[in-house]
Amino acid sequence: MWRDALLVAGKDLRIELRSRVALWQVLPFAVLALVLFAFALGPSPVAMRRAAPGLFWLAVLFSTVLATQRSFAVEAGEGTRDGLRLSGLDPAGIFLGKAAAVFVQLAALELVLWAGVTLLFGVRIHATWLAVIACLLATVGLSSAGVVYGALSAGLRVRETLLPLLVLPILAPVLLAGSRAWSAAIDGAVSSGVGWLRILAPFAVAYLAVGVALYGPLQEAG
Amino acid sequence: MAPAIHLRTAVALAGRFPALSGVDLSADSGEVVAVLGPNGAGKTSLLRTCAGLLAVTSGEAVVLGHDLRVDCSEVRRHVGLLGHAAPLYDELTAAENVRFAVRAAGCSSARAEPALERLGLVGRLRRTTVGRLSAGQRRRVALAVLVARAPALWLLDEPHAGLDAGARRLLGELVAEAAAGGATVLLSSHEPEVVEPLADQVMVMAGGRVAEWRRGGRRALRSIGTGVGTGVTDVA
Repeated sequence: MWRDALLVAGKDLRIELRSRVALWQVLPFAVLALVLFAFALGPSPVAMRRAAPGLFWLAVLFSTVLATQRSFAVEAGEGTRDGLRLSGLDPAGIFLGKAAAVFVQLAALELVLWAGVTLLFGVRIHATWLAVIACLLATVGLSSAGVVYGALSAGLRVRETLLPLLVLPILAPVLLAGSRAWSAAIDGAVSSGVGWLRILAPFAVAYLAVGVALYGPLQEAG
Repeated sequence: MAPAIHLRTAVALAGRFPALSGVDLSADSGEVVAVLGPNGAGKTSLLRTCAGLLAVTSGEAVVLGHDLRVDCSEVRRHVGLLGHAAPLYDELTAAENVRFAVRAAGCSSARAEPALERLGLVGRLRRTTVGRLSAGQRRRVALAVLVARAPALWLLDEPHAGLDAGARRLLGELVAEAAAGGATVLLSSHEPEVVEPLADQVMVMAGGRVAEWRRGGRRALRSIGTGVGTGVTDVA
């Protein structure tokens, strides 16, 4: 399973490096969303600093949908979809590999967005480790849930419109807990932030487990 | 020895729609079966059923010793399917596509190089991303994947489409080599004159059923070689 996961993650990341969809479409979209939110909030630095965690995670959430769609678009054709089913790869390994590739892209995006909120909104984080752990746990949850629902909608003609409808409500707890954990990290309120990590961690573990267990049947249904 | 493919009144569904309506087929290891018929006859469905990609709902369906009604996953590991759409990634090079397929099958990536060379994918061609190759060149890459993986069951769905004369000759050689190595080959086509000489058995399909059986040119030739048969192909 781990060997297959590495193989699939390497393939997906190589394709992404070649096509540069994440670089030229997902990243500009996320940065643009951040800038537009800043315009909408007006010039008040206090309002911008208060809204920054929520805006950061909203931008990440929307980017998760794009990155997931892209991850399945490379296997949208009948040939590659059948090829993957006949490849001999363990479905759990395929799930972990796809989720790992989405994780890497989202983590890179979060670094850029972190710099963005620091520069645009004047945010200064006091408990950096808390923000980093929140990012790691949330990104595992986002990428795992994204790939699970991506597989669910992969074979459908309406997949591009269906995926956001399926996945955005499911990811709402990550938006809430991630934003609150980041607010706590900005304020240096560690104990409050750790409480929100206790929502992010089970979410990540649950969707990892669901993906490992159900990716095979989901792939068949797609 | 049990046949590599044993279908008996097999009924298969593509989604909710019937794709095969009671097909009988028996093919041994090392045999080449040509599957002929008009569009919609069920040729592709037959190949996809043998690959474990379509659900068999009634009848018997045993492929490479595995009952398709019980478990398709083990069969799939030993099947190579070349369908209408090649199972290739446009953003990867020819060499990367073949290496990925070989490693996914649990084989050493060293098997990729000889297969690429065998299909004439050398020099600039092997380093070109597949999205930039012509349809015929993409077909060659897909064939290189099959050659490198060397599955026990080759399922070739109209493999001659888009190939030039040289590549068609090469395909004939590859089919003969695979069969000589013990693989079973199912070969669908619209062109009887192209596939019948390669085949031991020829099945003609219509409406998801077998309409006609006849011996292929390869069996006739083998019969001549062993002195067993008359060497005459009995065309129905």
